[in-house]
Amino acid sequence: MRAFWREYAENRVALAALAVVLAIVCAALAAPLLAPQDPYDLASLDLMDARRPPGFVGSSGYAHLLGTDAQGRDLLSAILYGLGISLQMGLAAGTVALTVGAVLGILAAQAGGWVETAIMRVVDLQLSFPAILLALVLVAVLGQGKTQLVIALVAAQYAYFARTAYGAASAERRKDYVEAAAATPLSTAHIVFRHVLPNVLPPLIVVGTVQVANAISLEATLSFLGLGLPPTEPSLGMLIANGFQYMMSGRTWISVYPGIALIVLIVAINLVGDQLRDQTNPRLRR
Amino acid sequence: MSDIVQASALTRRFDPRLSLGDRIAAAFGARVETRPVRAVTDVSFAIRQGETLGLVGESGCGKSTLGRMVAGILPPSAGDLRIDGEPVMRHGRKTTTRIQTVFQDPFASLNPRRRIGATISEGPIAHRLIRRAEAPAFVADWLARVGLDPAVATRFPHQFSGGQRQRVAIARALAMRPDILVCDEPVASLDVSIQAQILNLFLDLREALGLTCLFISHDLSVVRHVSHRVAIMYLGRIVEIGPAAQVYAAPRHPYTQGLLDSVPKLRLDAEDVSFQPIAGELPSPLSPPSGCAFHPRCPRATDLCRAQRPELAPHPGEVAVACHHA
Repeated sequence: MRAFWREYAENRVALAALAVVLAIVCAALAAPLLAPQDPYDLASLDLMDARRPPGFVGSSGYAHLLGTDAQGRDLLSAILYGLGISLQMGLAAGTVALTVGAVLGILAAQAGGWVETAIMRVVDLQLSFPAILLALVLVAVLGQGKTQLVIALVAAQYAYFARTAYGAASAERRKDYVEAAAATPLSTAHIVFRHVLPNVLPPLIVVGTVQVANAISLEATLSFLGLGLPPTEPSLGMLIANGFQYMMSGRTWISVYPGIALIVLIVAINLVGDQLRDQTNPRLRR
Repeated sequence: MSDIVQASALTRRFDPRLSLGDRIAAAFGARVETRPVRAVTDVSFAIRQGETLGLVGESGCGKSTLGRMVAGILPPSAGDLRIDGEPVMRHGRKTTTRIQTVFQDPFASLNPRRRIGATISEGPIAHRLIRRAEAPAFVADWLARVGLDPAVATRFPHQFSGGQRQRVAIARALAMRPDILVCDEPVASLDVSIQAQILNLFLDLREALGLTCLFISHDLSVVRHVSHRVAIMYLGRIVEIGPAAQVYAAPRHPYTQGLLDSVPKLRLDAEDVSFQPIAGELPSPLSPPSGCAFHPRCPRATDLCRAQRPELAPHPGEVAVACHHA
């Protein structure tokens, strides 16, 4: 573990990305302490402070460092809280979708026959139309709320993981080392968990980092359409969407600052994922 | 000496897996390949305790398929394979650890993400030959026996050369304490200089452990070097089987003769240093020739060969040959 960490630290960019991710996670966790205002407390909002530029000192007596949005919400506070919500949604949806997809993909590759056909046809069908459609329908049926949103995101995204896991697992299963394990003989469970899974995981991690970022933007899209989280719990995506209508009137800060936060978060997650992928591939090790 | 491996009438067919689209196309008369490939047909042989049987043939003759059936990787379509009367496979799963395999390509046969110590000890741990706590000493012992430094147990396969990897693969197979070892072209992917090292290691360990072996190779000189008896395969069938000295000195089947003649010889004195290749190519196992499968390439073929397939018949000197004219 220590050696793993030392190797990770050799890559300065990945180290910086990890620091950024950790800083964002800490900031999101400590949002109630750091944020000058509780954006969920509607009583603390003053419409007189709405759409003020960064640095404006509002009626409550403190400077809005990043300005305020259309409801008079302090943007810095909203971003800190929003980061937390976006991270929660992205990570929850990403890990559940990865698990579901890996199980289905490896099962299809291992079982073959009609099980393989059934699973992979459904996956193909889902990949052939936009994920957002399915998510939209599901959220409309299930209703609003975090759990419902995670279910919708997982249903929309597991197919990517299942495809990747299926492709990787079918390739690995045909390799000699799996045959050698079967010839020992070792049990099917042993072969799947000790041989196939470790070789399938790295591509899944890469897909996973992209999909966490996708889940965050998908959630933002749903929120924008009024089907995601309620407006009283603004995620980053919703903040961007809310400010969008003011872009042309010069009040760019309402969209731009949450947008920067989102981009930094997504890029940092991707960089960490890349380093993890490189490090879990022993052939790339020095 | 008694027979330890008994193979009787082993057959393996591969049926083409047709997609839905292919099946519809075939129903409308499109030329979709629906015939099965007969990789191995009706092969019977026995291996005696402590003996090495060499299996020789051209690429595509079914020798690897036969080896995979003997190793318990591939269930036979028909026929029976037993070790001391016990079946090797039940319900398509291998049930014995008495037979182990060394594969051709040591780059592919070792899991790239496992340290070689874990690769060597996982089978013995899973089958309770050793306890987990004993694994490091066990692995060190086996690495030493195959001529590797015991300190390399924590390395990954890509940190080794081809020859070293094949040593690891041999250690993995032998760590299961098998009575029988199937070697499927174990030196074919190695440099010639390394081949000799691995063959000598194999011979030493065979001697020390009293192993019975099925040694598959397309290389006649390698097989001659290690085998007590040899079997020659052509298009899924054994055409000649007998003691190595007999078969090499006095080949009876025209195919065996052709194979031996086609080996380039290094002779400085002879003015004729050319060699005689066998005419033509291996026919498709999808549509084997009528009668004797070798007749289209055989210099001695007659009408009888085209009409009737010769059975493997005993000849003097414990040799059996499938040829009408032997």
